[in-house]
Amino acid sequence: MSEVLVGVDGSEHSRRAVEFAVARTLERSGSMVLVHVIQWSPFSFNTPTENEHRHAQKAAEITAANEQVVDPLADLVREAGVPLEIVVIHGDPVDMIIKIAEERHSDHIILGRTGDSRVRQAIFGSTPAHLMQESPVPVTVVP
Amino acid sequence: MSRVANVVVMGIDETVQKFFGPISDWIGGKVFYAFDINGAPVPLIVLWLIIAAIFFTFWLGFPQFNLKHSINLVRGRYSKPEDAGEVSHFQALATAVSGTVGLGNIAGVAVAISLGGPGATFWMIVAGFFGMAAKMAECTLGVMYRQKHADGSVSGGPMYYLRDGVRQVTGNKALGQFLAAFFAVCCIGGAIGAGNMFQANQATAQIVAVTGGDDSFFADLNWLIGLVFAIAVGVVIIGGIKSIARVTEKLVPLMAGIYLVACLIVILGSVSEVPGAIGDIISGAFSAEGIVGGFVGVLIVGFQRAAFSNEAGIGSASIAHSAVKTEEPATEGFVALLEPLIDTIIICTMTALTIVITGAWDDPDAGDLDGVQLTSRAFESVIPWFPNVLAVAVVLFAFSTMISWSYYGMKATGYLFGDSATAEIVFKVIFCIFTVIGASLSLEPVILFSDAAIFMMSIPNVIGLYFLAKTLRKQVKGHRARLASGEFARVK
Repeated sequence: MSEVLVGVDGSEHSRRAVEFAVARTLERSGSMVLVHVIQWSPFSFNTPTENEHRHAQKAAEITAANEQVVDPLADLVREAGVPLEIVVIHGDPVDMIIKIAEERHSDHIILGRTGDSRVRQAIFGSTPAHLMQESPVPVTVVP
Repeated sequence: MSRVANVVVMGIDETVQKFFGPISDWIGGKVFYAFDINGAPVPLIVLWLIIAAIFFTFWLGFPQFNLKHSINLVRGRYSKPEDAGEVSHFQALATAVSGTVGLGNIAGVAVAISLGGPGATFWMIVAGFFGMAAKMAECTLGVMYRQKHADGSVSGGPMYYLRDGVRQVTGNKALGQFLAAFFAVCCIGGAIGAGNMFQANQATAQIVAVTGGDDSFFADLNWLIGLVFAIAVGVVIIGGIKSIARVTEKLVPLMAGIYLVACLIVILGSVSEVPGAIGDIISGAFSAEGIVGGFVGVLIVGFQRAAFSNEAGIGSASIAHSAVKTEEPATEGFVALLEPLIDTIIICTMTALTIVITGAWDDPDAGDLDGVQLTSRAFESVIPWFPNVLAVAVVLFAFSTMISWSYYGMKATGYLFGDSATAEIVFKVIFCIFTVIGASLSLEPVILFSDAAIFMMSIPNVIGLYFLAKTLRKQVKGHRARLASGEFARVK
């Protein structure tokens, strides 16, 4: 059975990406995995106080991401009757989405266009743009 | 400013000096009790630290030569995917390093060279090398005996391994508690002295120097610069404004990079003189002509400034390293040994080469320059505008070291007073007051008190390390065995 990986953040574009993915998955009677990556790098510089509370902070970030970002989108998928799994994880969005797609043998990655400004995109590039360069499977970006 | 105001203001600096000077002399005299070898005073406490560092180097099987493993750990080669979002080895190391890399590396090296000549550098490097093992010992134990609280936060450090570890191995509860409390009291002193007053003092000296020295608007207003520092520190540690601390944490590595590049510019600019400078450093290490105490004098100066800079055996870094996410305490030990390598062997050596190559230490008036001013003069002779950049770097290094040490002091206070919020606030206020005092004083009483306070931490800490030496070696051997068998394997 084919699986579609949908990378989501809290934006309206993500919502449209999920709707698009649901319609597509229903046509092919496949399944979906919703992935939300909390931006995090093991190579950042922290204060000692931040480190002391990091473990609790991680749990709080995951709870917040589930409640605010993932759950509303997951409801949308479940209502449509599509089999669903959810992954919320810390890391670099591009690296993590590719890694998860590879591990799960997902055959399609769908994500919303990011709302970053032109300047930001010019400097850092956008998540979808990076993903398209590196993804092992087709990527669809939903506007 | 009116003359009346001027008199009042000068009065503040002088009063502080008059009151504090004798106190620091008294404490310094006790902690630095010394006997003479060939007319050179040899403080027992310096021997105490270097012997411990050499002992653990042999006891742990020269972990200094396992750098590849250390670096792989820092690069996350062994970090499990599910640990993403927790404190990584890199983050624990970076936090500890930003507490250690401070004025010890810039001003401390200058103090060493002005007292002991270029040869002191050689002994700093030697002490840094052995210090790596002492650092590994205390940081491994810090992780082994750390406490996990109900809210998921983690506390670790000598307080906990002294209390719980020493009780475990000796069965003597009172001994463990005594050592832990002794350490905590010294740690509060170290935080206020080396982690605060010394930093404020040298940062202020550099600000005054770049704004015109004796003609500077700030020349008699050291206390005012101190007050600004105190407010900035207070805003972070009392006001809980995290953004300032966060920005500092990000700027410090950048400034460290700029500092090292500047050193390289000076060094590579006179690359033909490098062999000569290295020759001076090595020959000066063994034949110290014209230095008080000769060979032994140089050796002691080098060892003392190295210990002050990298804090190996002092126990402070163990508090910062304990927050790491790992199942294997020895891994953080292997990571922590990079700290003296970065701090002393790399950064201090670069500073020393800069000072020796430019000949700044040999200027006729070099003896009148306070620590950081000598380093500044060395840079100025090659890059005339660099003292301004150095001032910014010094302020940032000082500030981040103060933030880190206020944290160490606060954890020690929390340990002594059962995490009482009132006690912690009292500590923080006192900390800020001493920032002003440190800025107002001249270098000598500050460095004497700072040295005394920070070195005193090593008395209970090293006693504990010896008690726990067997436990520690078992842990490290176990880790090495799991590494060899593949049980502890790379994930990427």
